[in-house]
Amino acid sequence: MTALKGSGPAVCIGEDIDTDLVIAGRYLRTKDWNFWAEHVFEDLDPGLAKRLKGAVLVAGKNMGCGSSREQAARALHEAGVLAVIAPSFARIFFRNCINVGLPVLECELPGCHDGMTVLFDCTEGWIEVDKARYIFRPLSSGMQEILSTGGLIEYWKRRLNR
Amino acid sequence: MTTLSEKILGAQAGTYIDRHVDRAFCHDGTGIQAKIIYDAIGAPGIACPDSVYIIYDHIAPANNSQTAELQAELRALAREYGVHFLDIGSGICHQVMAEGRVAPGEVVIGADSHSCTLGALGAFATGVGASDMAGIWVSGETWLRVPDSVGIHFSGSLSAGIEWKDAALSYIAELGMDGATYAAIEFTGESASSVPMEGRLTLCNMAVEAGAKTGLFYADKETEQYLAGYSVTCQLQVPDKPDYVKDCYQDLSDLEPVCAVPHRVDTIKPVSDLAGTSLDQVFIGTCTNGRFEDMARAARLLKGHRVKVRTIVVPASEHDYLKAVNTGVAADLIKAGCTIGAPGCGPCLGAHMGVLGRGEVALSTANRNFKNRMGVGASYYLCSPSTAAASAIYGEITDPREVI
Repeated sequence: MTALKGSGPAVCIGEDIDTDLVIAGRYLRTKDWNFWAEHVFEDLDPGLAKRLKGAVLVAGKNMGCGSSREQAARALHEAGVLAVIAPSFARIFFRNCINVGLPVLECELPGCHDGMTVLFDCTEGWIEVDKARYIFRPLSSGMQEILSTGGLIEYWKRRLNR
Repeated sequence: MTTLSEKILGAQAGTYIDRHVDRAFCHDGTGIQAKIIYDAIGAPGIACPDSVYIIYDHIAPANNSQTAELQAELRALAREYGVHFLDIGSGICHQVMAEGRVAPGEVVIGADSHSCTLGALGAFATGVGASDMAGIWVSGETWLRVPDSVGIHFSGSLSAGIEWKDAALSYIAELGMDGATYAAIEFTGESASSVPMEGRLTLCNMAVEAGAKTGLFYADKETEQYLAGYSVTCQLQVPDKPDYVKDCYQDLSDLEPVCAVPHRVDTIKPVSDLAGTSLDQVFIGTCTNGRFEDMARAARLLKGHRVKVRTIVVPASEHDYLKAVNTGVAADLIKAGCTIGAPGCGPCLGAHMGVLGRGEVALSTANRNFKNRMGVGASYYLCSPSTAAASAIYGEITDPREVI
């Protein structure tokens, strides 16, 4: 199960963050998902990985561009990120996040500073920062279904057992 | 009116659909991750094994024992379920699929972002991650949102020394790295029919660098002729005054050789402005520019010269490699001092076969120059095979028009 609502301190990153920067190509060949969590964002900022547990990642536009590597979404999820917010996402990364059970919220916030408290609700489609509420279009019902079961593994398990 | 994506997917832009997947492919990297997900789901089998392809290209041959063991597992899965399996040396998945395995009008899903390459054949081709691929193995279908479309209208013709890669880098620069996010790019206009298949593959390959879901050419006489070489029947497609959300006009006659400079693919400079930049390595290859025609253009410039900088050439496929051997292109490259690698992705993703060292500067015919991708602390420029070859001769960035 994935929590479709929650709150946490923000970790701010820039625009056009590609998936190579989320998890480098040299770390991809393993089955150990936690290994990716250890190396997440290593080439962007080696100190970032330790700050992600329970955090809400706030990115600039075009978050997750580039390679289709699902390890990028998986690394963030394994590192304990609660949700990713960005004004726009690269589409494969967006799908991958939903498939690993990591909420993605397409919404432009007026600014970001590390540690600011971010509240979010994927189902209703809002984010709250400093008592100001920002509305975004909720995910499609199909995406919400995949996300709420915890990702595509659980989703397909349920479908096959129906 | 209707766009090609809307026609193929049978629904209007913005609609969510569940669609049977005609071809589903992955490589050694995404394939093993898809297998992990597939095993975790515990499905009774692969729904449509005849539409599933596994092609080893990313780290092929394996670079260490851990990779080799993971690749062995995926080989075993391919054997167990009888899916199409193409082992090391076959080539890059996109190129291998383009060699008679995809027909116009098909829905093609690849577990790799450059799967949009196959839109060159008039197919709806897009990339997904490993879990989505596992879902396709389980069910034979996937969900898609029918995209809006962006029109790139070509007029004029390329001058000598200018290549389709220059056209590709130029349209990416105009759109920006997210200029076509969620949308399909349709390549159209009076000169679209004159673009040869190798150029279409290069142009569609880079669509994802503007965030696009896919890039498409309408299947025409060129497509028909190309596919006839693989005995694939071609249903022609005619534009039906499609509605585009954005239009971009490119007069091919106005283009000049360009490089995408470190570390953004949408930031280009004329090669002439960068002339004299000293290089540590030149790499000619990848799903963007590792085809026979790319190697032949490079060989034409390199013939009779000796490279001044280490130069790696990696053919996009076994088919392209063999053609290069049979035509003497490979011999010209070797005599010029190039190192030829096994068909596949080569050093593009920074895993093997020519990864750069800290502080090194390189020229690459690939599609991405993201920071640290092809080597931590290195910087590299993206360019056409002709620019790469001309620059290899002098060991510094060189305008190919000075050599031809």
